[in-house]
Amino acid sequence: MEKIVLPDIKDFHKLEVYLQHGGYTAAKKAFTQSTDDIIDQVKRSGLRGRGGAAFSTGLKWSFMPKTTDKPKYLCVNGDESEPGSFKDRQIFEFNPHQLIEGTIISCYAIGAKVAYIYIRGEYHKWIKLMQKALDDAYAAGYVGDKMKETFGTDFYCDIYIHKGAGAYICGEESALMNSIEGKRGYPRVKPPFPAQNGLWGCPTTINNVETITNVPPIINKGWEWFASIGEPKHPGTILFGVSGHVNKPGVYELPSGTLLTDIIYNYAGGIPGNKKILCVIPGGSSMPPLRGDQIEGVKMDAESLRAAGSAIGTGGIMVMDEDTDLVKVLARIAHFYHHESCGQCTPCREGTGWLEKILKRLVAGKGSVSDLDLLITVANQIEGNTICALGEAAAWPVKFMVERFRDYFEQRVSKEISLPVANKVHSMRHTVIPVEEIKH
Amino acid sequence: MSFKFTPENLERINAEIKKYPKKQSAVMAALYIAQEQNGYITTEIMNEIAQLLDMHPHDVLGVVTFYTMYHQKPMGKYHIQVCTNVSCMLRGGYEIWNQVKNKLGIDHMQVTSDGKFSLEEVECMGSCGTAPMFAINEDYFENLSKEKVNEIIDTLKNKN
Ligand SMILES: Cc1cc2nc3c(=O)[nH]c(=O)nc-3n(C[C@H](O)[C@H](O)[C@H](O)COP(=O)(O)O)c2cc1C
Ligand code: SF4
Ligand code: FES
Repeated sequence: MEKIVLPDIKDFHKLEVYLQHGGYTAAKKAFTQSTDDIIDQVKRSGLRGRGGAAFSTGLKWSFMPKTTDKPKYLCVNGDESEPGSFKDRQIFEFNPHQLIEGTIISCYAIGAKVAYIYIRGEYHKWIKLMQKALDDAYAAGYVGDKMKETFGTDFYCDIYIHKGAGAYICGEESALMNSIEGKRGYPRVKPPFPAQNGLWGCPTTINNVETITNVPPIINKGWEWFASIGEPKHPGTILFGVSGHVNKPGVYELPSGTLLTDIIYNYAGGIPGNKKILCVIPGGSSMPPLRGDQIEGVKMDAESLRAAGSAIGTGGIMVMDEDTDLVKVLARIAHFYHHESCGQCTPCREGTGWLEKILKRLVAGKGSVSDLDLLITVANQIEGNTICALGEAAAWPVKFMVERFRDYFEQRVSKEISLPVANKVHSMRHTVIPVEEIKH
Repeated sequence: MSFKFTPENLERINAEIKKYPKKQSAVMAALYIAQEQNGYITTEIMNEIAQLLDMHPHDVLGVVTFYTMYHQKPMGKYHIQVCTNVSCMLRGGYEIWNQVKNKLGIDHMQVTSDGKFSLEEVECMGSCGTAPMFAINEDYFENLSKEKVNEIIDTLKNKN
């Protein structure tokens, strides 16, 4: 299988090696075509965002206004803070020039003169590697005003790296823009959408690092070629990051639609001690968890995962074996979203706190089965009632984990309390306590 | 007590300002540079940055408190950040966390009395495939084991 995003070529991160393998020829080709043509090719290629929502990249680009007095911007999202996701970091390290080339082509297509690559602050090492590649690209005339000479066009653009400082929410596109503007990373109410009113009120497109890295090969090899790889509705390869209880954790670039079980058992080497799988979160911690007996035959693409009751997210596959304490896992996930909630919306700020508090109670063995219903009630009150999708990200794992592992949770909760109580509690299974009535 | 950036650092901040149409965008970079120069962020630093970037000091404070990587008190020379999020947890992240805690005798966001070490429990660092992990200052240490942790911390303890 040919790799598009992370090719197995030694020293590919170096400019001279990248050039030996056709580096920056896609940009040259792109600049001879109209911007409409480029957008059309990306649309037809079927490329969809790799940052979580799997939205059509070409379609997103077409939302950018053609006629405007305002400058336009591209933000390349490398905040990569979703638990279970560690793929963009591989691009910074092993294929930075393809990301840079993708960025200049994307800037050309949407008419942006400036792109910001937003990289999470903890990635000091990868920021340095990316900056080195960018400096080399500038020096060789592939970025900046020297592009005009290099490519023989009127178009040029600048690329800057913006370093985050530890806030998961800054991966949300409107929070990311506020962060670049030097403000707190608060998500903005939408509409207006970034294509109308983005960075400094100007038209802006935000794409994930992996999405942008796919662009040069699409231009070079043609949209038909890309569209023919993997699942037709969600074509191309995807960087799957496999973590947790597998023998060979790591990032695997595979065609979309690869079987989840193939990824876990073949590529990632199966489960240590040949244990059974209790639970898999297939797309990073925000996505609905699947039971071990739900993963057979599930293909890894947006539509197949939706049909299976989850979502592709960032392609971060977290595997948990039969001995995992799911209550502890869920409590840890709830802690994360509570910690990362920016606090603007009451349902998210308060709800994530409640989810964490209730789950910690369960971990401590002080919970009851009615708490399980309570968790679902709280999660339902967050979902759909917030400014940004962190609300859903916090609600989904809780709601689906508790629903799908109801028996497991009931047993786990009951085990901590004495048997007669456990018997009584069992009958309370469908009791729902409204959030207002919860006592501290 | 006023704070002044060194001339080199002022130059770095000016280079950051040039990346953006508005000065305020350089606030995150300026705070990093200040933290590098002073070790942590003080009111004087925030006032100085506010002046440099035409901001209200409260807005600088708002940024400082929003992001976890800016510190308003001195941290240790070696700031150890242990990830305990799910992928790490599944591979022994909490064992590492407890081991470091016990070894140093400090808890989350505390500093050893000699000022050498500080400790922070952090969220996913993007090392889930090489878990468990911690970062010390800017460097990642991955695929940790009990022995490796002992070795790393002992080495640092014996270093100045
Ligand atoms: C809470 C939250 C965190 C997010 N974090 C990231 C991230 O770290 N990287 C990313 O590319 N997208 C992230 N997203 C999705 C972005 O908002 C946006 O949809 C994406 O960057 C668009 O790029 P794409 O169309 O290429 O996928 C996040 C969304 C939410 C709600
Ligand atoms: S949903 Fe949560 S994270 Fe998103 S804006 Fe509201 S409070 Fe902030
Ligand atoms: S969970 Fe620890 S690095 Fe991702």
